[in-house]
Amino acid sequence: MSADAQPTPAAPIFRAVAERAVLVEFGTIIDKPTHAAVLKLDQALAANPFNGFREAIPAFVNLLVEFDPIVTDHASVEAHLRGLLDVQTSTSRHPAVRQVLVCYDADFAPDLVAVATKTGLAPEEVINAHLAGAYEVFMYGFAPGYAYLGGVPAPIRLDRKPSPVRGLPAGSVMIAGQQCLVTTLIMPTGWWVIGRSPTPILTGDPARPFLFDVGDSVTFRRISRAEFDRIKT
Amino acid sequence: MTHAVFRVAFAGPHVSVQDAGRYGLMRFGVPASGPMDRKSFAIANAALGNPPDQAGIEVSAGGVSLDCLSGQVSVAVAGGGFIVRAGARMVGSWTVLTISAGDTLTIRPGPWGNWTYLAFAGILQAESWLGSKSTHGASGLGGGRLATAQLITVTKTRVQYDREGPIPCPVWARPRHILRCVPGPQDRFFSTETLAEFTSSRYFVTDAFDRMGVKLRGPALPPISALAIPSEPILRGAVQVSGDGVLTVLLSDHQTTGGYPKIATVIAQDLDSFVQCRPGDAVAFTAISPMDAVLLARTDARRGQSFLERLTALSGHPVTGASGSSRPVGA
Repeated sequence: MSADAQPTPAAPIFRAVAERAVLVEFGTIIDKPTHAAVLKLDQALAANPFNGFREAIPAFVNLLVEFDPIVTDHASVEAHLRGLLDVQTSTSRHPAVRQVLVCYDADFAPDLVAVATKTGLAPEEVINAHLAGAYEVFMYGFAPGYAYLGGVPAPIRLDRKPSPVRGLPAGSVMIAGQQCLVTTLIMPTGWWVIGRSPTPILTGDPARPFLFDVGDSVTFRRISRAEFDRIKT
Repeated sequence: MTHAVFRVAFAGPHVSVQDAGRYGLMRFGVPASGPMDRKSFAIANAALGNPPDQAGIEVSAGGVSLDCLSGQVSVAVAGGGFIVRAGARMVGSWTVLTISAGDTLTIRPGPWGNWTYLAFAGILQAESWLGSKSTHGASGLGGGRLATAQLITVTKTRVQYDREGPIPCPVWARPRHILRCVPGPQDRFFSTETLAEFTSSRYFVTDAFDRMGVKLRGPALPPISALAIPSEPILRGAVQVSGDGVLTVLLSDHQTTGGYPKIATVIAQDLDSFVQCRPGDAVAFTAISPMDAVLLARTDARRGQSFLERLTALSGHPVTGASGSSRPVGA
């Protein structure tokens, strides 16, 4: 593989991972055409799996395809996936709009001041920028129910912290780069925590265990600390 | 129907119910979980003639103690060098024995290893989540962690005197300190010098070690570019490098995606033996090609399968040459 070539939706790069997977990269930054190419291959593969296929994990710019190394190998899987790139798939899904409540109280927003300082904004301007974002569910990842929302506005995009912080509570609303998510578990994270949400993402409903489908639109609605406490009790 | 009831007299941290794992749900953010050391788990089940995915208890270096309140059941303990005490009997792990009402079964860490597996000749009753009893540590979903005073029921119990005695411990279930890995998928974020340092340095297992992953101590491997990689899927065994250049090897309950670059991925068959390395142990990484990794996986699967089939078929004392010892037998 060439180190300098940049992947594109039309010319993805295939990377071997361990003894059992191929990572198909369609780009290096989060944008709609790249993600659309990821979902298109994911759907084509679901409709046309190869012998030895285990699972596919779609992400922002790439699709990880895991296989059984007893049955097949990286080169065979790559050949199969290349053959699927031109397959036409029909998508007729109408994405839902989901609303997520968020409280920016200082107790819930340990990084709000740091984000303001780093972006040169006032904390209230950071909040307004976050509320103004048009978010879309790009994928689930990291941990059960962690839905990655693309669409954080440019003025408040920051790189991750250099090292993860442990023990952040469930419901934390956090951002990194163009991504935003609402945590479902106490987990370590290198993201910037700017609020907390009482909206459950792991619903507890066996028929619909997760709140979002990939592709859904999401809006945040600001609530007061009093409202947050009322919902949580 | 016969059954046995145990009361948890003591359970250390990270002692949990595990079956073979919850596969196929990473696209929903759900890792496979399952045993840290899948090989030893499979051996414990095979030693009782159980199906390979039957739920058992993963015991950490914290140990566990179970009072048998009623019933009688044969159990197998395999993985690590642990110490098993049942009534007046004291043996090493890699053993099959029968526990009866009134016995206390205590499993404590011994000379080597971090994880051992307690399998029952019967069905361990535990919560299932999304089709598996494996416990996802961070959420506690699945069969769950064991807690003091909890009651555990095993149904359809069997007593298998013919299987009692030592289980051979194959060399491939011993700790492994040379970890074969396939470079990437983000090795391009590191300079040639840094990549060379990765495969030529010694790293040490630290006690920042849980079911999600283990941090290593050793030369820092700083990535060359800023950490703005869109979060992307991760496989178990990935060697993740944080912005300050510290390595973490991701294990059973790993996050399914992440934005830190992965310099390499440890092949599955070495990962199960790696998790038996203790904090302070030195490890080193050896880079291999993807196709060599595939061929190793096939060789390893044949060897493991043939060992498990022989063990499952056994009734009567396994022939190890040295009764009561857990010394390695030929690979």
